[in-house]
Amino acid sequence: MSDKVTNIVLVGVGGQGILLAAEILSETFMLAGFDVKKSEIHGMSQRGGSVVSHVRYGKEVFSPMVPEGDGDILFGFELMESYRHLSLLKPGGTVVVNDLCIAPPSVLIGQEQYPADMALKIQDLFPDCLLVDGQNLAIQAGNARAANTVLLGAVSKRLDIEEKYWVEAIEKMVPKKALEVNLKAFQMGRGLK
Amino acid sequence: MKEILSGNEAIARGAYEAGVKVACAYPGTPSTEILENTVRYKEIDSSWATNEKVALEVGIGASFVGARSLVTMKHVGVNVAADPLFTLSYTGVNGGLVLVCADDPELHSSQDEQDSRNYAKFVKIPMLEPSDSQECLDFTRLAYEISEKYDTPVMLRTTTRISHSKSVVTFGERIGAVKEPKLERNPAKFVMLPGNARGRHYVVEDRTLQLSKDGVSLPINRVEMRGTKMGVITAGISYQHVREALPEASVLKLGMVHPLPFDLIREFASKVDKLYVVEELDPFIEDQVKAIGIPVIGKEIIPICGELTPGRVRKAFGLPENASSTVEKLPGRPPNMCPGCPHRGVFYTLKQLNAYVSGDIGCYTLGFMPPLSAMDTCVCMGASIGMATGAAKVLPPEERKKVVAVIGDSTFLHTGINGLMDMVYNKGAATVIILDNRITAMTGRQENPGSGHTLMNDPTNEVNFELLCKAIGVKNVRTINPLDLDECRTAIAEEMERPETSVIITDKPCVLIKREGVFKPGAPLQVVDDACAGCRACLKIGCPAIEWIPSSGKKGKAHIDPLLCNGCDVCSQLCKFSAIKEAK
Repeated sequence: MSDKVTNIVLVGVGGQGILLAAEILSETFMLAGFDVKKSEIHGMSQRGGSVVSHVRYGKEVFSPMVPEGDGDILFGFELMESYRHLSLLKPGGTVVVNDLCIAPPSVLIGQEQYPADMALKIQDLFPDCLLVDGQNLAIQAGNARAANTVLLGAVSKRLDIEEKYWVEAIEKMVPKKALEVNLKAFQMGRGLK
Repeated sequence: MKEILSGNEAIARGAYEAGVKVACAYPGTPSTEILENTVRYKEIDSSWATNEKVALEVGIGASFVGARSLVTMKHVGVNVAADPLFTLSYTGVNGGLVLVCADDPELHSSQDEQDSRNYAKFVKIPMLEPSDSQECLDFTRLAYEISEKYDTPVMLRTTTRISHSKSVVTFGERIGAVKEPKLERNPAKFVMLPGNARGRHYVVEDRTLQLSKDGVSLPINRVEMRGTKMGVITAGISYQHVREALPEASVLKLGMVHPLPFDLIREFASKVDKLYVVEELDPFIEDQVKAIGIPVIGKEIIPICGELTPGRVRKAFGLPENASSTVEKLPGRPPNMCPGCPHRGVFYTLKQLNAYVSGDIGCYTLGFMPPLSAMDTCVCMGASIGMATGAAKVLPPEERKKVVAVIGDSTFLHTGINGLMDMVYNKGAATVIILDNRITAMTGRQENPGSGHTLMNDPTNEVNFELLCKAIGVKNVRTINPLDLDECRTAIAEEMERPETSVIITDKPCVLIKREGVFKPGAPLQVVDDACAGCRACLKIGCPAIEWIPSSGKKGKAHIDPLLCNGCDVCSQLCKFSAIKEAK
């Protein structure tokens, strides 16, 4: 096992299932035999605010926070929030992002506009960017709320961890009644090129 | 067994393993999940107290009759609990007592950034500070041993990045031989009238000296020698950032941050060429190291405000920063009240009536945000009513009418009720609105004495707010439906006119309430395009389900997201064109 620590930053909007996705990531890495640390801020952010979670794994992890400019993968659930946090990513880093816009309060009330061309701007800065139609794929899998698992599947393909650990983690963390849909959603995401 | 646990989950596990019998708390981010996890262990009686002072008093009572007890709170909660805490330092304990205090550097969800290490020094009790989840578990167990060995309460301090970070933890067993609680009378130790307390003060001072000496050989205070050029004294989460940013530095990692092991610090200082202290918030370690005559570099380079990160530590030591992308300025994304939140209409009405709103701490603090922009003050839990009394005392009569205090159900029971008694007793003239949404919502929907359920999920007595207010002397008490804007406006306007104390209670539940059948969503609403005149009246309540579509129609039109709307109907009451109807 190399000494290198892999850094993943998850970003999105409160209520999108970001924290569960971060839990599944952490669980997977632990099952695969790594040291893992995960950090997040919740509390007020649950109510539609911006949510950021950091997950780091490797032989030995110290800080639970990804150092600025040291992120390997930005795992985004919403376009503007992904763009906002690009400074956490290292040059040449990978982006896996949900093709979805959620308007913040100032946009909802018509004071500001949702910035245009977020996906293009992300791809401009980070050519290794996969845009995922998470919502539609989740509906195909059987539940619109499984978009986070579709995205997780897409991220899993970019990490060198055996598939069985992912499945084991999902089986442990996802409620029984939603398990089938989530496993299907995960495979759909994993199948994306 | 290995699991990934948050710091809070690990503390709960540690308390279980240490044989704790009673756990009591008032919820507060980032400490809340500790009790939400002790409740998983049937051996521990876990409960929410009405406030932190009461929580500590419950813990003290259990300790005095011999049981190990756990009390948890956030940093500002310690201010509420400070009164019994100072004297508990004098009495000491019988069964071990650990007070977990969760600080919030960077104020992720707090009203100030206080450094609770100062409390440990002020109160003169030991404080342990873990730096990951495994240490959260281990230090909790150790804290009980120290508590009983040195006859003292022990504070365990965490910070947000410890409480809410997860790392891998190995479990231990619950210890077998914890002594059984029984009544043992010892008034000389447990009755702190001046004659007894004078003697106990000497005990406290000796204890601190002894702990400082013993701390030298305590394994949680350890030296990690790597080279002699640079030595760093650090603790808690800062230790992890130091290891990340300065891998070559020698480190004195302190697990006990009060009292400090001065001999160990002297020895470490003598081994390195240059000595630094890396700590968040106050120069707590730094000042004490300087006071024993050891030169050290600390707050000259380490920021005093906000939390540290690996990047901030690198910057402080002049190391090159990582290259990173810069992005254009974006609209912010602040938190917002939920669609259907029963507080929204009340704040809209208060704004319309030009009320001076004396605010409190809870979801409804978000009434401050635009477009509602209807909160003028907010200081601490339970303060809104007292502040309203003070403002009304000094304002001229026309202005006095505008003073309205708002407070939630849990906050009212926390310390607001004292303010209301004071207002009535001292003939205060202000309107108080108790926003009773049947739950402690902001911290994640915990039960409280107004909701009728315990933390262990047993049905229990439910406080009747109307009768309670009448019993303490409020003559004008009325209950309203906060989702009916006409009713809100009439009630609040009438009570604002009244030259004496009045209380308005709102009676609709939180939309996120977990217990089934309490919140019943209505059918989603929709905007009838042809009828929408683009007047934007519905946008004034700032509901996340309503979006302005500038490109629709001549002036733009509103759109309601059917997935977010739960039919509270407040927006349709604002629409003069009857354009908002139940979706078909």
